[in-house]
Amino acid sequence: MSNELKRESAVGWNGNTLAEMLTHSEKLFSETGHYFGLEKLELKERDPLRFERLFLKLRGSLVSAREIARNISASPIVKELGELCFTVFTPEGDSVALSTGIIVHVHTMSDAVKFMIRNGFEEDPGIKPGDIFCNNDVLAGNVHNCDIHTIIPLFREGELVSWIAGVTHVPDVGARTPGSSPVGPMSTYDQGLTIPPQRIGENDAVYRSFKDTYKRTSRTPLLLELDEKTRLAGCIMIREAIENLIAEEGLDVYKQFMREAIENGRRGFVRRVKRMLVPGRYRVPSFCDVPWEEEKGHLPQAAVNTLVNSPLEVGVKVDGTISTSLDGASRWGYHSMNCSPSALQGGMWVMLTQSIADAESVNDGGYYAFEQHFPVGSWSNPDNPEAGTAHAWHFLWSGLNGMFRFLSQGYYARGFLEEVVAGYGTTTNILYGSGINMFGEPFAATNMEMTGAGFGARGCRDGLNHGYAMWNPESDIGDIETSWELWEPMLYLGRKVKPNTGGPGKFRGGNAMESVRLLWKSKSAVFQHVGHGMVFVNSGLFGGYPSNTGYRRSVHETNAFDLIRERKPLPSCDRDPEDSEIEKLIRGRHVVDDKALTLPEPYVDGDIYLSVIQGGPGLGDPLERSTANIEKDLNEGHILPRFVKPIYGVVCSNDGANGNWTVDHEATRKEREQIRGDRARRAIPVREWLDKERRRVLDADLPAWVTRMYQESIELSDGWGKEFKDFWGIPEDHPTYNVP
Amino acid sequence: MAEITKQVIGKMVNGTISWDELVRIMRSEKEPDRFVKYLEVLQDQVAWKDRILLPLSAHLYVVQKEDGARIVKCDCGHEFSDYRENWKLDALIFVRNSEETIKEIYPEHMGCNPQWMELREYYCPGCKTQLDVEAVPLGYPVVFNFLPDLEGFYEHWLDKPLK
Repeated sequence: MSNELKRESAVGWNGNTLAEMLTHSEKLFSETGHYFGLEKLELKERDPLRFERLFLKLRGSLVSAREIARNISASPIVKELGELCFTVFTPEGDSVALSTGIIVHVHTMSDAVKFMIRNGFEEDPGIKPGDIFCNNDVLAGNVHNCDIHTIIPLFREGELVSWIAGVTHVPDVGARTPGSSPVGPMSTYDQGLTIPPQRIGENDAVYRSFKDTYKRTSRTPLLLELDEKTRLAGCIMIREAIENLIAEEGLDVYKQFMREAIENGRRGFVRRVKRMLVPGRYRVPSFCDVPWEEEKGHLPQAAVNTLVNSPLEVGVKVDGTISTSLDGASRWGYHSMNCSPSALQGGMWVMLTQSIADAESVNDGGYYAFEQHFPVGSWSNPDNPEAGTAHAWHFLWSGLNGMFRFLSQGYYARGFLEEVVAGYGTTTNILYGSGINMFGEPFAATNMEMTGAGFGARGCRDGLNHGYAMWNPESDIGDIETSWELWEPMLYLGRKVKPNTGGPGKFRGGNAMESVRLLWKSKSAVFQHVGHGMVFVNSGLFGGYPSNTGYRRSVHETNAFDLIRERKPLPSCDRDPEDSEIEKLIRGRHVVDDKALTLPEPYVDGDIYLSVIQGGPGLGDPLERSTANIEKDLNEGHILPRFVKPIYGVVCSNDGANGNWTVDHEATRKEREQIRGDRARRAIPVREWLDKERRRVLDADLPAWVTRMYQESIELSDGWGKEFKDFWGIPEDHPTYNVP
Repeated sequence: MAEITKQVIGKMVNGTISWDELVRIMRSEKEPDRFVKYLEVLQDQVAWKDRILLPLSAHLYVVQKEDGARIVKCDCGHEFSDYRENWKLDALIFVRNSEETIKEIYPEHMGCNPQWMELREYYCPGCKTQLDVEAVPLGYPVVFNFLPDLEGFYEHWLDKPLK
């Protein structure tokens, strides 16, 4: 390592700067393929129990700090749902161990630390014991700006030994439209609070000027202040735990342990890939919709219908590493749903962590066996810093749905059926809102009960019902009374399983839930829906179907309070949108359509808002579903009876005595035979169908937003464009597809 | 490491395994010989003799023919083409691209808008089993889901000759 760049301000090991340490680490990995060039794990091999004890003590301190610190927060998002996470980094910014929670940020905070190192923070503003740093800027490392990082250094003998970082998801960032992940901003200039990496305090105390700045910006200043105390308290608890660990084990042992823990994580990842997957090429595209052509309230560049191509391709290499590429992805747009590479890396990592990462040492080690390509200019890597990212998850959770399909294809091929999962429901529709609450005070709502999405069907059974969020492995919908009714001026009339949200299949996707809300005691309020109403954002697996799309149902100027006074029934669900419980019981101006992505709209007391969440995709041919499972679904309200015959070929009846459904097995056998016969009659050979489709594509007989999606992909990727044109036999000079 | 017998693997393949047993397996270290046992279970379940090299999905396998060809084959016996070509191109297809056909599967407002997306159902020409469903925009090329590196898998990961 060169000593030429030594400076008075250097805080790295042995007199080096952090930048020198980071460069050295990257060089060693590049030359050897091992983290920090560690071809042997000497500490682990010499004393494996000590190595494990060190890791468990460190991880224990992180989990413990998270559980204690979350009680400081007053935000239901943190306190009830657990939207926080802590991690420990090497001086170069690589994660050694992490707590539970929103672990997507283990990588985004790593990027933030490396941003500070690469941008000379050692010199300006300098780094010393007791300093506090903060970041929420996606260009430095983040998913979106409502995830605020607190980062502190741990010093020992004049050297920065570790970084400790914590993140919380705050309820509002003061954007043009309310909520934590605002949908309405068109660029970075109207998406609220941006805090590029900076020092925000010294001697373990945050500057008052910093507090005044963010409190003046957000609609929920008190919640942001308590979240900040949550992060800082957690970081300090972890710092003290590590200081004790160093006192017990020695500084040199701790330093060696950090390096080895990461290399151990890398090796564990490669070992699991080789044991559970199959090398090869996996293609798992998915799509997303922003249907805003008719949305009033946008400038012209934002008022367009956008269909987003996420042509995810994954390569599993013989050396056990994984490469992912979004080559061919659509262009970024004027909305808040673009992603930074940091966000996508975090999103991919959080899924790999839940599925294939070695549980023994979950940390940044897996990253060193994992390559990514996010094409410049696409939604996954905008070439304009103006691109809005405040609701990056909209594209992220749709664009990465294929990650589980790829993994499951590999698991199925290897026989690890217990790990197969067809995908997941996205955590939508989300309810955002703001106004004056029942206490007469301003409020901003981000209702995160949307974590009750359905998980995809498993390899040998149905998916988990209403209990999965891909971005938080500990998903929790929160208690009605303490989480949501305390903050939002909306009473719950009901929260129930939503039938037919899980994708059909031999094994169906997990069903999601729906809630009916009644606005009360608010002088003014606006609410919006954030979901996917036009496209399926996931796909089924092996013949299963995708899960539901979102929709909007609201009722304005209602008779709800009259019904309450008269003690008459109120709707506790919508259940069947074609035979709506809400429509049957509530009088008023009903709004029901496929617009699942809206701008905020005014609501008044007595108005009804329906919140429908998405289920998980299905697996396998529905005709192979067991009749016992169909009976169970019917009797537990997981499926609307009229769909049992056309989807599953099941003939059944309701005996009327105890209200239970029973299957007629002989009639079902015949019906299933009939459906197979129908398939033979109405299907055609694919090559015959392609001949007809080719004509349609050559004539560009497609909706404008579909054509534009292809043009953007062709423009941004020669490879994707060539394959598209070759597939359909499109000439080079075609007026629609000849995009420079 | 708990032993996962062929009988247990058979229960997973047939979907009859209990949740408790599945959880136990999920929590266990992944055994290195799972693939060998899995292939034996699957080979026992099909009526034909071609050697299964790799399962692709619930009904499709890459198999070795006597003449050395490696093709995709359905468990009903229908043979598709070389595994390096997309088997879907030799399947039957039915496309749900109207409100009427989408509403056969999804309640109104809970299925895709056919101006934005269609559902392509791929059936085996032999047994008419629904092998795959694509949810893609109109005009999207047929997706080639998975192209395995068979040589790399057998020779480098399984340490067994492919031939």
